[in-house]
Amino acid sequence: MAKYPASQLDRTFAALVDPTRRAILARLGQQESVSIGELARPLPIKLPAVMKHLDVLSTAGLITRSKQGRTVAVRLAPEPMQEAMTWLQRYERFWSSRLDRLAAYAEAEEAKIASADQENSP
Amino acid sequence: MTSLTLVRRIAARPTIVFDALTQPEGITVWWGPDDGPVLLAETDARVGGQFRVRFRMLDGSEHECAGQYTEVDKPRRLAMSWRWDTGGEPEEAGEESRVEIDLRPIDTGTELTFTHSRLRTEASRASHEQGWTGALDKLVRHFAPDQGS
Repeated sequence: MAKYPASQLDRTFAALVDPTRRAILARLGQQESVSIGELARPLPIKLPAVMKHLDVLSTAGLITRSKQGRTVAVRLAPEPMQEAMTWLQRYERFWSSRLDRLAAYAEAEEAKIASADQENSP
Repeated sequence: MTSLTLVRRIAARPTIVFDALTQPEGITVWWGPDDGPVLLAETDARVGGQFRVRFRMLDGSEHECAGQYTEVDKPRRLAMSWRWDTGGEPEEAGEESRVEIDLRPIDTGTELTFTHSRLRTEASRASHEQGWTGALDKLVRHFAPDQGS
């Protein structure tokens, strides 16, 4: 079936489990480059906690950090997310085509029974 | 999104759809052969009973799904544990996922709701949390505007 390196997908999903990390990613989805201070400001947690979340996202390959003067700019790295989405989309396609075929089969069975009923009735 | 839900309206009565889902003769027909033949279909559609479907994909790889029926309520509902094997090796790190199928009679036949959940431990945990879908949608639109859903 949908074959991808499980470890990368697991890291991606694990990183996405946390609502704070999703909020950070959503913010980075709207704004290309955000400093750590700006990222932390709307969040209800302290800076060290934000740094920990950024470490997780960075290890999962979902963000990149680069030093710009005295601030650190955080950017989205879209590839792992895309991989996770592709995996899910393939899974959905797999089932979607199966269910289409199931429907066609059941409808053919229904038609058989319906025509048999007609023959039996006077 | 990590627990996948699909809905189909089928022009057949629920008992026929239910039998198509649970009887090997039906499974062999509808499971393939677009993506390759079904090599084996075994079902024991009662609570605690096992099922197994093995099929070959066009790339020649063989896959098997197997599990145990946990709810069998003909013709309304079917639930089962689900695991994938590839060439005898478990996928998804051998994790068991869960498939639920509900059949609702409608004027034109049956409305089928298919849910595959617990696809991955982490992914399914995420799906239970508020805001997951919204955040994901946003991200998907950002990353892949052509195929965003």
